[in-house]
Amino acid sequence: MTATYRKRHRGKPAGAAATCLLCGARSTSPGFWAGKAAATCLLTYPWRGQQAWQRGAAAAKTGAGSVGGRGPNHGPVCGAAAAAGRGAGAGTGTGEKSAGRGGRRRRRGPGPHREDEPGGGGLQPLQKIRTFAVAIVGVGGVGSVTAEMLTRCGIGKLLLFDYDKVELANMNRLFFQPHQAGLSKVQAAEYTLRNINPDVLFEVHNYNITTVENFQHFMDRISNGGLEEGKPIDLVLSCVDNFEARMAINTACNELGQTWMESGVSENAVSGHIQLIIPGESACFACAPPLVVAANIDEKTLKREGVCAASLPTTMGVVAGILVQNVLKFLLNFGTVSFYLGYNAMQDFFPTMSMKPNPQCDDRNCRKQQEEYKKKVAALPKQEAVQEEEEIIHEDNEWGIELVSEVSEEELKNSSGPVPDLPEGITVAYTIPKKQEDSVAEVTVEDSGESLEDLMAKMKNM
Amino acid sequence: MADEAVRRVVSEIPVLKTNAGPRDRELWVQRLKEEYQSLIRYVENNKNADNDWFRLESNKEGTRWFGKCWHIHDLLKYEFDIEFDIPITYPTTAPEIAIPELDGKTAKMYRGGKICLTDHFKPLWARNVPKFGLAHLMALGLGPWLAVEIPDLIQKGVIQHKEKCSQ
Repeated sequence: MTATYRKRHRGKPAGAAATCLLCGARSTSPGFWAGKAAATCLLTYPWRGQQAWQRGAAAAKTGAGSVGGRGPNHGPVCGAAAAAGRGAGAGTGTGEKSAGRGGRRRRRGPGPHREDEPGGGGLQPLQKIRTFAVAIVGVGGVGSVTAEMLTRCGIGKLLLFDYDKVELANMNRLFFQPHQAGLSKVQAAEYTLRNINPDVLFEVHNYNITTVENFQHFMDRISNGGLEEGKPIDLVLSCVDNFEARMAINTACNELGQTWMESGVSENAVSGHIQLIIPGESACFACAPPLVVAANIDEKTLKREGVCAASLPTTMGVVAGILVQNVLKFLLNFGTVSFYLGYNAMQDFFPTMSMKPNPQCDDRNCRKQQEEYKKKVAALPKQEAVQEEEEIIHEDNEWGIELVSEVSEEELKNSSGPVPDLPEGITVAYTIPKKQEDSVAEVTVEDSGESLEDLMAKMKNM
Repeated sequence: MADEAVRRVVSEIPVLKTNAGPRDRELWVQRLKEEYQSLIRYVENNKNADNDWFRLESNKEGTRWFGKCWHIHDLLKYEFDIEFDIPITYPTTAPEIAIPELDGKTAKMYRGGKICLTDHFKPLWARNVPKFGLAHLMALGLGPWLAVEIPDLIQKGVIQHKEKCSQ
C-alpha cells in the first residue's frame, strides 16, 4: 500500500461501499475511489451529471441531508463526488436510496401530461418525442445538424445512413470536428450524439442506399427499424445532396407508403427548401421535375458562367432548423405543418405551398398510393372551395400592340412540358415534354432474338 | 449539348423501349438485352468511324458494369479503367461513371472517381427517359468529359502516358 492510499483511507470503515449517483453502479472502494468512479462516469455521460446535479440541487432545496448539500455553485463533479464520498463515510444510508431507485431515472417533463387524460389526442407533450423513431439519410451538412437537434430534443431512436467519410473539407460546416477526419460520418456522428444524449437509441449504416444490394436492406430497416424492433419507423428524413439518392428514397417510400421529408440546399448555398411527402396525398418526388427556389442572383456577378458551387454553414443550419421544426410539428401535432417551405437567403423570402400528386406520375407505386388515398378521402364529408380568376384586360389598346414570340407557338409547345401551378418565387428546374407518338428519325432497338448470354459474348468478342 | 458532332453521333445510337430497373426481374432482362444491342451498335458505329474509344461489360445480373476507355492525344493513346453501378432507380436516374485512377486529380470529379457532368446532362437525361441507355450515357456523359478533361490533365502534367498503352 502506498502512503497516499493509507492517508486517504485512514479512518474509513473497512468494506464500506459507495454508489455512483450517476449510474447507480456500486463500488466497493470507499471514499476517494468512489468519487473517482463517479467522476469517470460523469465524463462518459455528462448528461447524467447534469441530472445528478439537478437532483442534488432539488434535494438541497428541500433540505434533504447530505446529497448535493454543497449546492449548485460547485458544479456536477463536486456534487456527485462529494455526495458519494460522504455516503461512504457515513455508511450507505443515502447512497442506498439512490441505488435502489436505479441510475437511469427519467424525469417527467414539463407541460400538460396528456397521457393522463382519456383519449390522448391534440397537442402532445414534448416528452412524447421519446416514442418516435426517425431515419436520417445523409449525415452531411444538413443531416448532421438535424440529427443533433433531434438528439437534443430526446428522440427515441435515430437511424443514420451515409457512405461518406469525414474530411477536413467538411470543416466549413457545422457538427463534425477536425479530429474526426477519416472516420465514417455515421460513426463519428453516433459517437458525438451518444455523448450528448445517451438515452437515444442509435442504429448506423455505412453504405450507399442506391445500389441494388443495399436498397433491400434499407427498405427492410424502414419497415422494421422502429423503436420496437419489427415495427416501422415514424419518419424518414432525406438530407442527401444528389438527385439519385432522393429518387431512391422516393421509390422506397412510395412502395412502403412511408411519410418522409426531403430537404435540400442549392449548389450556390443561398437557397434551400424542405418538403413533406405523404405518398398518395401530396406530390411525390417524381411527380414533377425538381423544384428550384428562384435565385434572383444577377448572373453577371458570377465569374464562371452558369455554375457557382459553394456551401455555407448558415444556410445549412437554417434548412436543418426548419426541417426539424417541421418534424416536431408533425410528430407532436402542433402548429401548421408545411408541405413545402423554401428559403431564399438573398431576400429572406420563405415561400410555402403544397402540391397535389400527379395522376400520371412515372412511379407506379405513387399512382397506387393515390388511388388508396382517394378511397380514404371518399369516406369523409366533402368541402368545396371555388376560386375565380379574373382575366387581365387592358381597357384601351390604342396602337393595337400585340406580343408575338420569336419562337413559333408550335415549337414552344413541343419542346417544353407542362409547368405545375406554382406560387411566386418557385419554379421548376426543367420541363419534360409530353410524349410524342411519332419519333423524329430515331433508330429503335429491334428484337433480334438473341439471348442475353449471346449478346454478352458478342460484346466481349468485339 | 451544343455540339453538332455529338448530336449526330447520338442520333445514330438506337433508342431503348423497355422502362425497367434492376428490381423488375423479367423486364430487367429485356432491358439488359436492349442495352447490349444498343451498345454493340454504338461500338460498331465507332469502329466504322475509326473512333473506337471504349469497351464495357457487366456482371451476370447486369447491375455492375466495368470496362476501359481510351483517349488519343498528340498521337498517344491513354487508357483508363471505368466502372459503375446501376442505381435502383434506373433508368429514371443515370448511373455515375467512375474512373478510380483519376480520383482526386481533377476538380471535375466527386469522391471515388465519379465524373462530374455539366448542368446540361441531367435535364437532358430526364427528358429522354426511358429512351436513353448506357450507350447514350457514354456518348453524352463520358465522351465529352474525356474530351475536355484529359487534354487539360496532360497539359498540367498530372497524368503521364503509360508504356503499355500502344495501338
